[in-house]
Amino acid sequence: MTAITVNNQWLQVDASPDTPLLWVLRDHLGLTGTKYGCGMALCGACTVHVDGVAMRSCILPLRAIEGKKITTIEGLSQGRSHPVQRAWMELDVPQCGYCQSGQIMSAAALLRSNSAPTDADIDAAMAGNICRCGTYARIRKAIHRAAELLLAGTQS
Amino acid sequence: MSAYSSEPQSDNPDRRKFCRRTATAGGGLVLALTLPAFAGRSSRAASGGQAGGGQARDSQLNAWLKIGSDNSVTILVDRSEMGQGVYTALPMLLAEELEVDLARIKIVAAPVGDAYVNALNGGQITGTSNSVQDAWDKLRTAGAQARTMLIAAAARAWRIDPAECYAKNGMVANARGKTLGYGELAAAAANMPVPKEVKLKPKADFRLIGTSQPRLDTPGKVDGSAEFGLDVKLPGMLYAALAQSPVLGGKAASVDSAAAQSMPGVRRVLTSSSGVVVVADHFWQALQARNALRITWDPGANARLDSAAIQAVLKKAAATNPGLVARKDGDVAAALKGAQRTLDAVYELPLLAHATMEPMNCTADVRAGRCVLYVGTQVQQSAQSAAAAAAGLQPNQVNVVTTLIGGGFGRRLDVDFIPAAVEASKVVGAPVKLIWTREDDMTHDTYRPPIREDVSAGLDGGGKLSAWNMHITSPSITARFDPTNKDPFDSVTEYAQKYPYAVPNFALSFSRQEIGIDVGYLRSVSHAPNCFVIESFMDELATASSKSPLDFRLGLLAEKPRLARVLKLAAERAGWGHAPDGRHQGLALMEGYDTHLAQVAEISVVGGELKVHKITCVVDCGQMVNPRIVESQIESGIVFGLSAALWGEVTIVGGQVQQTNFNSYRVLRGDEMPELDVHLLPSDDPPGGIGEPAVALVAPAICNAIFAATGQRLRSLPIAAHVLA
Repeated sequence: MTAITVNNQWLQVDASPDTPLLWVLRDHLGLTGTKYGCGMALCGACTVHVDGVAMRSCILPLRAIEGKKITTIEGLSQGRSHPVQRAWMELDVPQCGYCQSGQIMSAAALLRSNSAPTDADIDAAMAGNICRCGTYARIRKAIHRAAELLLAGTQS
Repeated sequence: MSAYSSEPQSDNPDRRKFCRRTATAGGGLVLALTLPAFAGRSSRAASGGQAGGGQARDSQLNAWLKIGSDNSVTILVDRSEMGQGVYTALPMLLAEELEVDLARIKIVAAPVGDAYVNALNGGQITGTSNSVQDAWDKLRTAGAQARTMLIAAAARAWRIDPAECYAKNGMVANARGKTLGYGELAAAAANMPVPKEVKLKPKADFRLIGTSQPRLDTPGKVDGSAEFGLDVKLPGMLYAALAQSPVLGGKAASVDSAAAQSMPGVRRVLTSSSGVVVVADHFWQALQARNALRITWDPGANARLDSAAIQAVLKKAAATNPGLVARKDGDVAAALKGAQRTLDAVYELPLLAHATMEPMNCTADVRAGRCVLYVGTQVQQSAQSAAAAAAGLQPNQVNVVTTLIGGGFGRRLDVDFIPAAVEASKVVGAPVKLIWTREDDMTHDTYRPPIREDVSAGLDGGGKLSAWNMHITSPSITARFDPTNKDPFDSVTEYAQKYPYAVPNFALSFSRQEIGIDVGYLRSVSHAPNCFVIESFMDELATASSKSPLDFRLGLLAEKPRLARVLKLAAERAGWGHAPDGRHQGLALMEGYDTHLAQVAEISVVGGELKVHKITCVVDCGQMVNPRIVESQIESGIVFGLSAALWGEVTIVGGQVQQTNFNSYRVLRGDEMPELDVHLLPSDDPPGGIGEPAVALVAPAICNAIFAATGQRLRSLPIAAHVLA
C-alpha cells in the first residue's frame, strides 16, 4: 500500500510501487481525465500537479510520490471555475480534446508561477504538450485570457 | 455479413470510394423508414449507454431526436466527434428548425442504423469532410418535421388548426397566448404522421446557422469528464496489452508465456488474430507481462523490406507500367511534342503515420449471444462487422457504442484494433479494454502510402500552359480498405483528376504498385500529395515562363472564379511581393471537398535553418454552420500540414517501422507555431468540407517559398530530409 493525496483526498493505493502514477490515477482511482499519450514524457497528455508542480505522470512511479499531493484535472476546480478552464471555454480551445487536460494542467502551473506570461514564457512552458489537432494558437490566446481573468479575480 | 445491400455508389468523383458493400440511404425517406425500428427500443440502447434520466419518459420523434417529458432534448449524432465539431454543427442544423435553445441539448452518439448512413459516403462513415454536407438538408428536415409534429399535437390538444400555432424556444404557442412545452407534447407528437413536405427556413431567418455558437463538447473537455475510448469503465472490466509482430505482416511462430503468466494480476495469455494478448487486472500489469513474453516471430514476406526497396519498386513500376488512364483531354503527347518548352519532374512522397493523440484502443464485452463494443470508430458498421466476425456472432448481435475520439485523421476508418479485444473478452468472459501503446500505434499504423508522381508539362510560345501529363504510382488505399471495391482509380488520384487549371491537353494515369504493407486514408487523402505536386510544378512552370507564380496561376483560372478570388485575396492579405527583408513567400491553392482555398507561406532560411513565420489562408467553403469551428478546422489543418511537410516520414528497415514515439516521429509543438491569418469568406453557396482541405496547401506553399529563398526546388518531402542553403 502506498499513501498519496489526490485532489485533497488521502488514499492508500494497492498497486505495485513501479506503477506509473498515470495508471494509478486511471485504472485504480478511476480518474480518467489524465490521458495516456506516449509513456515517455514526450507529449504532456498525462500532466498533473505534484505538490503544485506540473509533472508527467506517465513516468512517475508510485514509489516516487509517496506522501505527495497530486492534483488532476478533476480536482483543478469546482465547476470548471479555474481561470484557465474559463478561458478555455470562452475561446472554445479544444477540438478532439484528448490532450486538453494536460494542456490545462500545464497552463495552470504556468500561471501559478507567472501570473502574466509573455508569448515566450508560454512557448517555454507549453512546448512539452503536443496537440495533434493544432489548437496551439487558441491555447496561447486562452492563456493570456486566463491571466486577465486571474488578475480580475485578485482585484475584485 | 451485415444487413446492408450492395447498391451502386454515386459516380461523383469527389467522393472517396468507401464501403461499396454498405447501403446508401436517400435523405427524405429516412424518417419514415426509421421510426418503427425505434419503437420499444430502450433508451439505453439508443443513447449509447447513457441512462434515460430519472422519472422522465423519452419520446423518440425520429432517428435523431428524443424529447423527454421533462423537456429535455436529446440529439443522436450519427457522425463521430473527433475534434471537427460535428457534436455542435449537426445539432445546430436540427435545432435551427426545431426551435430549441442549443444550450438545452444533450448529445448522444447514434447506434448503428440504416438511418445513420452518410449518403455521400455510402456507409455510417465519418470521413471525406462531408458530415455537414450530408446533414445539411437531412437534419434541418428532421427538425422541421419534428416541429410540425409537435405543433400538430398541440393543435389537437387545443382543438384548433395547426396553422394557428407556432413553435418557439422549446414550446408551441397559439394566438390566444397559450403555450405547451415540448416535453408535454412529445409523447403525442411521436404518434403524429410524419409530414412529407416541410418548408425549410430561408437563410435570412437563421438564428443558429452561421453563428459561432459555443461547442457543446467543450465543457467535458476542460474538466476531464469527456469520455474517450480509453476512458471507458465497466464493472468487472479487465485490461489487455497486445504483442504484434515487429515485422509488418509477420506472425507468432511460438510463444513462451510462462514468465508472463506468473506475473501479478495476469489473468490470461491468448493468441488472437492480431497477435498475443495479455489480459490482466490493470493495464500496467498487462503491459509488463506482455513485455515478458518470449515470442518467436515468423517475419513473413517483409523481412527484407526497407524504404529504399519501396522507392525502387515504385520507380520501376512507374517506368514499366503505363497504368490506367484516369483522365484524358486533348492529345497530350502531341501537345508536348509541339510545345515551345517542356519540363519534366519526379515528385516523391513518403509513408506517413496518423499519430492520433489517443492511441488505438477498444473495449469489448462479449457475453452469450451478444457483444457490446465501446470504441472510437469512424465507421460504425465496419466496427460492428469486425466485432461480429471476431465473436462468432451476427452483426445485429453487436451493439456499437461510439465514444469521443482522441484524433481520427482517417486512422479510425480502420478496425484492426477491434478483433483482439473481442477475442480476449470472449475467452475471459469479462469486459476487456485493450490498449495499444504509442509504440504499438506508431509501428502498426495503416500508413499514408508512399507515392511517386512523374509529371511533364508544355508551355506554348507565349509561356502559357499547353499540356499537362501526370503519372501516379502508388499502392492502393481503396483496394486494401475494401477489397470488394472494383474502382481501378484509387483514392490517391482523386484530386489529380480535378486538376484546377485550364489546359487544353491533359492526361492522368495511375499505376497501382503494392509494397507489402497496409496503407490507409490520412487526412486530406489524395489532396495533400497531389496539391503538393501540382502547386510545386506550377511554380516550376511559372519560373520557366518568366511569370510570377501569382500571375501564371491567375492566367489559368478564368473558369474558376472562386479560386481566383481566394488566391487574389490571400495574396493581398499576405502582402504578396512585399515580404519583409530576409523573408520569402510561396503560394498554393486548391479546390477540394467543395471548398476553395489559397495559402501564402512566409519563411526565412538562415544558415540552412528554415523558419516558417506566417501562413495566410483565405477560405471560401460556402455557407458555414459555425464559423468559429470552421476557423479552428482551418488552423488545425495548417498545423497538421506543417508537421507532415517539415518532418513527416515513416521509414522501414527489415520490414519494421523505425519511428516509435514522438521523439522519432516529430510533430509540431506550440513554440514552433507560425503566425496564422485565417480569413473566411461569407458565401451563399452550398456548404463545403472543412476538416481536411487546409492540410494540403501547406507543403507546396512552404516549398515554393523555399525556392524563392534559396533557388532549391524540393521535389520530395519531408523538408527536413533536404539540406537548405
